[in-house]
Amino acid sequence: MVGLGHYLVLSAVLFSIGLYGVLSKRNAIAILLCIEIMLNAVNIAMAAFSRYGTPVALTGQIFALFIMVVAAAEAAVGMAIIIAIYRSRGSIDATKIDLMKW
Amino acid sequence: MSLSIGFWLLAIVAVGAALTVVVVKDVFRSALSLVLSLVAVAGVYITLSADFLAGVQILVYVGAISILLIIGIMLTREVQQGAPANKLRIPAFLVAVVFFGVMCFVFLQTPWVQASVAPVTPTAAPLADRLFSQNGYLLTVEIAGVLLLAAIIGAIALARDK
Repeated sequence: MVGLGHYLVLSAVLFSIGLYGVLSKRNAIAILLCIEIMLNAVNIAMAAFSRYGTPVALTGQIFALFIMVVAAAEAAVGMAIIIAIYRSRGSIDATKIDLMKW
Repeated sequence: MSLSIGFWLLAIVAVGAALTVVVVKDVFRSALSLVLSLVAVAGVYITLSADFLAGVQILVYVGAISILLIIGIMLTREVQQGAPANKLRIPAFLVAVVFFGVMCFVFLQTPWVQASVAPVTPTAAPLADRLFSQNGYLLTVEIAGVLLLAAIIGAIALARDK
């Protein structure tokens, strides 16, 4: 029988895959894609806690909804920043975006 | 029993698609694979009896965010490069593995307090009750609206042609 532990381990697997992608990718848009995977992993954990911990109050699902709102805002602003960088520098290689590097 | 089979199928699809996102060189293909992963996560929500969340996942992630990302990929195409890994590939892998181990240890060792009540379905009406009632999350909903407005204005101001 599938229980809370299965969902939490699934969430940890997805989060680790996203973490590896964020740390190892060069293309800034690929980094954004991996951030979306990580946010989804957190949402799975929230929904699982809502199902097994607070099945009537639904607190976890409400948290997941607000995470989705913030994820949408993050994707829009992140894409705008990437497009602005591409326009001014002609590349979105994250290792070459070092204007503010000390 | 069918819930278990559904969970395992959806989990395998979600993890496999997420791995494809990370492994594949072509950014466009990894975006399409991300869409598959998001759909599988929506299915996982359904197995958790979170039907409204699954609908919002399809609408917001599969419908809106993935389209935004794909348009961004088309605007900034670097065909000859793809998405190669940077120099930190092996340290990143180690960090991810260590993180996964620590999280699994914490998740499986913690004695979670579990309610024995059956979950409510459908969830749309109770969620609306919690979100919009007087002693619920009404202020948070308003702040989320302001955040979205600020994000839209910021995105337009950043990406505008000067």
